[in-house]
Amino acid sequence: MKKYDAIVIGAGHNGLTNAAYLAKAGLDVVVLEKNEYIGGAAVSRSLTEGFTYSNCSYVCSMMRQSLHRDLNLTKYGLRIVPYVGQMYFGNGKCKWGYWNPDVEYNNARSRNPHDADAMARFFTDLNRYAQVIRKTLLRTPPNPASMKPRDIMEILYLAKEFWKLGEKEIYEYIRFFTMSAVEFLDDYFDDDLLKASLASAGIIGTAVGVHSPGSAYILLHHVMGDVDGNVGAWGLARGGMGAISNALAGAATDFGAEIRTNAPVAEMIVKGGKAAGVILENGDEVHAKIVVSNLDAKRTFTKIVNKEDLPEDIYNRAKNFKFRGSSGKVNIALSGLPKFTGAPDNKFLNRAGVMFGCSLKSMEKAFDAWKRGKWADELYIEAVIPSPWDPTVAPPGQHWMSTFIQYCPANLADGPWTPEKRDAFGETVISNIERYCPNFRDLIVHKEVRTPHEIENEVGLTEGNIFQGELTIDQLLFNRPFPGYAQYRMPIKNMYMCGSSTHPGGGVSSACGANAAREILKDLGKTNVVPEDDCNDD
Amino acid sequence: MTTNQLRYPDEELRHSPFHERMVALSARDSWSAWNGYKLANNFYDGEYEYFCIRNMCGTYDVSPMQKYEITGSDAERMLDRLVTRDITKLREDRVTYVVWCTDDGRVIDDGTIFKTGPQKYMLTCGSPCIAWFRKACFGYKDVDVKDVSDTIAGLAFQGPTSYSVLKAMGLDGVETLKPFGIMNFPFKETELMVSRTGFTGDLGYELWIDAEHALDLWDALYAAGEDYGIQPFGEEALNMARMEAGFIMPYMEFAEALKTVHFEHDQTPAELGLDWLVDFKKPRFNGRAALLKEKETGPKYTLCKLDIEGNKPAEGAEIYSDKDCANQIGYVTSAMWSPVVKASIALAMIETKHKDGDLWAEVYYYKELRPYKKVAKCTLQNKPFYAPPHAKKTPPDPF
Amino acid sequence: MQHFDTIIIGAGHNGLICASYLAKSGQKVLVLEASDRVGGLAASHEFHPGFKASIAQSINQFSSKIASDLNLASHGYTPGEAMATIGLSADGNNVSINGDTVTGVSDKDAASYKKYRKMMLKYSGVLKPFSLKTIPRIGNNSLAEMMLFGKMGLGLRMMGKEDMQEFMRMVTLPTRDLMDENFDSEVLKAALCWDGVAGSTNAPRSPNHSVLMMLYRMTGDHGGDHSLPSGGIESLVTALETAAESAGAEIRTSAAVKQITIDGDENGLKASGIELASGETFTADRVVSTADPKTTFFDLAGVDNLEIGFTNRVNRLNTNGYVAKLHLALSGLPEFNGLDQPDGRMIIAPEQDTIEFAWDDAKYGDAPENPVIEMVIPSLSDSSMAPDGQHVLSANVMYVPGNLNGGWTDEARQKLLDRVIDEIAKYAPSIRGQIVGSELLTPADIESNYGVTGGHWHHVEFSLHTMMMMRPTYEAAQYKTPISGLYLAGAGSHPGGGLMGGPGHNAAHEILK
Repeated sequence: MKKYDAIVIGAGHNGLTNAAYLAKAGLDVVVLEKNEYIGGAAVSRSLTEGFTYSNCSYVCSMMRQSLHRDLNLTKYGLRIVPYVGQMYFGNGKCKWGYWNPDVEYNNARSRNPHDADAMARFFTDLNRYAQVIRKTLLRTPPNPASMKPRDIMEILYLAKEFWKLGEKEIYEYIRFFTMSAVEFLDDYFDDDLLKASLASAGIIGTAVGVHSPGSAYILLHHVMGDVDGNVGAWGLARGGMGAISNALAGAATDFGAEIRTNAPVAEMIVKGGKAAGVILENGDEVHAKIVVSNLDAKRTFTKIVNKEDLPEDIYNRAKNFKFRGSSGKVNIALSGLPKFTGAPDNKFLNRAGVMFGCSLKSMEKAFDAWKRGKWADELYIEAVIPSPWDPTVAPPGQHWMSTFIQYCPANLADGPWTPEKRDAFGETVISNIERYCPNFRDLIVHKEVRTPHEIENEVGLTEGNIFQGELTIDQLLFNRPFPGYAQYRMPIKNMYMCGSSTHPGGGVSSACGANAAREILKDLGKTNVVPEDDCNDD
Repeated sequence: MTTNQLRYPDEELRHSPFHERMVALSARDSWSAWNGYKLANNFYDGEYEYFCIRNMCGTYDVSPMQKYEITGSDAERMLDRLVTRDITKLREDRVTYVVWCTDDGRVIDDGTIFKTGPQKYMLTCGSPCIAWFRKACFGYKDVDVKDVSDTIAGLAFQGPTSYSVLKAMGLDGVETLKPFGIMNFPFKETELMVSRTGFTGDLGYELWIDAEHALDLWDALYAAGEDYGIQPFGEEALNMARMEAGFIMPYMEFAEALKTVHFEHDQTPAELGLDWLVDFKKPRFNGRAALLKEKETGPKYTLCKLDIEGNKPAEGAEIYSDKDCANQIGYVTSAMWSPVVKASIALAMIETKHKDGDLWAEVYYYKELRPYKKVAKCTLQNKPFYAPPHAKKTPPDPF
Repeated sequence: MQHFDTIIIGAGHNGLICASYLAKSGQKVLVLEASDRVGGLAASHEFHPGFKASIAQSINQFSSKIASDLNLASHGYTPGEAMATIGLSADGNNVSINGDTVTGVSDKDAASYKKYRKMMLKYSGVLKPFSLKTIPRIGNNSLAEMMLFGKMGLGLRMMGKEDMQEFMRMVTLPTRDLMDENFDSEVLKAALCWDGVAGSTNAPRSPNHSVLMMLYRMTGDHGGDHSLPSGGIESLVTALETAAESAGAEIRTSAAVKQITIDGDENGLKASGIELASGETFTADRVVSTADPKTTFFDLAGVDNLEIGFTNRVNRLNTNGYVAKLHLALSGLPEFNGLDQPDGRMIIAPEQDTIEFAWDDAKYGDAPENPVIEMVIPSLSDSSMAPDGQHVLSANVMYVPGNLNGGWTDEARQKLLDRVIDEIAKYAPSIRGQIVGSELLTPADIESNYGVTGGHWHHVEFSLHTMMMMRPTYEAAQYKTPISGLYLAGAGSHPGGGLMGGPGHNAAHEILK
């Protein structure tokens, strides 16, 4: 029977990135995907005639451009196009922001001159914070408790980067890392709607509120990415997020990796304390020298790996790894472009992100509801309509709208999710949007409602957590996924992890997959083929 | 259906109160933006307009400048703590040039403060600063900062014949107006404020009036100035004139401290050659402790005026302490060929410890798209490149 | 005009401690107290004829080093025995925590608790050596300072690799996660997480700061266990007062300071004395303020004398207290379901989410629907607090906003009081008939009665970014302030609040350096 050099479990974007780099280094790699399609949560799905949904992840900002270039993803069809503005709705009001700084300054100033001025300082500060953290994205976190020269060198490197900020900024940075999004924003702005629109990045995908300590960092996690050097810019993948997975798969396949779909892994084979392959659900065995799991930490260690093959504390850590599913997704096909009450009608904004429910109070209340196992009547909804600038995803004149909802509980107080509850959740979302677009319902051609339950079942993300685990400090950097195991090597020899449960965490960045590949190649004594980041340009 | 038109006027570049007249006189229709307003690059030709300033007179629209009205019984204390100069010494109807700094003594912006009443000031500056001023007001009971940028029109009126034009316009008494003085004149049913200030180094005034009367002012001025060669000028001409006068420009000589990502990419007053604005006799002002510390060791960089041999403008040039260009000690912030002194002049940030030694500039220039470079000797200048005596005379010379 | 070496503003425990150390070294010291008695938040007052109480209701981390340095024993202070923390259960199945022993829970939880307690003590042991030290700024450090940082790092590493790794993970956990990882009993979890959230704006689900707060509180001598000295809190206050006076410090009560005199000349600014509200002035070589940073800088020094960025950093400090104080005068000893003697620290919080949801009400400015409560009967250890055979119940009630929606009207107070008494009566059904008098102090009352901004126990919220060299904010975290001659020595400085004494001790040492 054929024995591969490496098995990658899960053809999500990190798994594909990992496979591409292992194959590039000359390894014989197979990627095993349970679904009939690849991509995991970075997919383009046609669920109704003529429309293509990015039905899980829908925006791209973290994709490391050095990986994009190195894997030649452009050749495999990938185009990332930036958002050109945003509209936000809350408390019955609408505001908007433009891409062009001159236009945006006037726009902001006409609403609130103070906040327009403060915005310059805000983005300067955010840029500074992002610069430091971005440097860590394509690096393996050091273990602070280790005495190995490599760890010590890495700590010194990070300390040096940190030190460059200067004494005062170090203190400010610590504050930023630990405080809440609202505390952070209060230092700059007056306007609640503006603050809420910015604070939203602090709660997306995470079970914290805008007032919870730690949400400021999560805000940074969402804006530290860039599109073509514009820090904080978000982009769309032309053709949907599946274009990213397809491009990665194209690169991986050209390097010689094999990708098998409809191949769900049932368990991992461990022989003599070493990972040796996997058993598929149909009973087939696939053997390899190493096994890389792109699944999240809980799924990996409580479903795929046998408990008896694991140290007990790791099993417990995996069980305790925080998911706290809190997000939902509704994908909507529309017969025409919706017009939003109070919003200007111009194309510079139709190609923009749209946020509903931007009020610090209603956002916090939505979190309170989540804590109680419910969803709130007023939700925070982040939408985007990619079709005005991506003609490939909807028929001419028709549109598709992605809506991402915070908070939608994974575990309801009144028992498990049912199709009825799912539809009721979808109805809440539609009626929330309707408040700002009276004829919205008439435009709907088709919709797909996904609660954490659907996302977990189909994509395999535990509790539907989009980051494969919460981005709180206890699960970041050298703590991700577990203290002592942040360097992609797992307690079972020849077993690795490469998904978003590892550093640097969630987002379509490909960084986890790339970093894991670098570590694997090091263990195998191969020459490194994984690039470092190219953002070290301060 | 979506349209290509912006339907929301708030988002278009605004038109200054003088816009209508400026459009009529713009031969090139060449505009850029300043604080959300349209700003003329030139009206016909930058160099032509420069010669108008130096020989006759010209107007430059300073309406887009940020103007803040600061009032209240605590206004003086608030301003005195904000800026490095002693504001308690500023008399009514006088103007003073100031800088304000962060706690670390880095320059946030420069500007001018007009004392227009017992508890009333106008502060003008190049970029919005209201967020910082708000923080500066915290803790004072009676001070109010109001952004009056949109309601006050400002017109810089500069050049050797400017005084004569004001006289011709009927501003009796303007002959007694000294540099940095303010006078108010009745104009139509409103009041015209004239300050003897400017950014060209020549004789000149700045005229301030409520926005509704801006066009009336323009018309009166241009009617009076017709025989004195009055000409609107744009940013290009202004930039030439200010460089000859040795004035600094934001985003050329300095980066605003609150808007720099890296804490060493902004400047202190001393680095900008503005240490004369820092009054250490004053026990309280923002950045004092940090600036005092800097004073002991001297600034790391000093902004220098350079006379560079040859005739190639040294824009973007790097400065070395040796002819071989091995030891870089600074960089040019702005440079030009000065028509009035017939020299290639530049402002450059040079490491203080090297500024009195040999200075060499590696000058980059193009001939028909082909790049060239040459090494040119630089001579340090301690005075402005151009400071004509008539600029400061009171009363000024008539024409 | 009278001249002193040092004038100390505020005769709270930190002010008295600082005064004692300075006076002992030979300085001429004046302590000025706005109210008519010393002790600050630890001072006792008569809230009902014959019944006394203080805001601080128990002691859990008073420094034994300070007690011995100042010879407090000779002035009548004897530390009390650690008392049990009792998580009350309405059905009488209470959970009692005493040292490393817990009763009323499953064997599994009891065993887990022993392990947990050991781990927590080990971690708090890492912090402990630094509470009575000035934490230097980073950058341009002297050798001694570098050694201090080195010692900190070493302390972490000396725990061993596994423990250090775990420390760096768990220290930012929400207390709820830490509890859920370790225990099953909800009452136990809620009682244990109390010390992580009490007096703060954190609730059990808030990340980053509350485990740190627990560890901070565990740096006390009994691992953070609460106690009451035999003469009550008052005996500590009296001992501190006597210690200061016998060392030669002069203490004046009813002497509210209007402003700190700050002279300015070309050498900059210097604090040179104070002016009392009465108009009386004193000069001094230095002024030490134990008032909270906002009061010190904005009201007493004035923003004129501060830089703008610094002012903003002080202004943005979180100083909103959320603990109300309830004092009940009782005709007899209350009986709690399932308790022989109410001599412990009793906590009413059936679940962690009860605490969480109380916070959910308060964060929008509402009084909690279901308040959570921490109670002691201080008259058991200090019989002078109530007439013979009668008792005082002293309770912390959370979370109560100082800025209540609609304001603290008489109705609003009565409503909250009723709710709290209803809640207590669920556990002590007969208590209602024993109440002869009551007092409810909201954070707004604490602010106005004690001069503490926001009525915040710790003056400044205790969080990761307001600790050590960042407390209350950089450039004022080494007790010196940007104004020469002006020092901080209150709870807003490192190591923080609670009846502990660290700030007063450290500030004195910084001055004497």
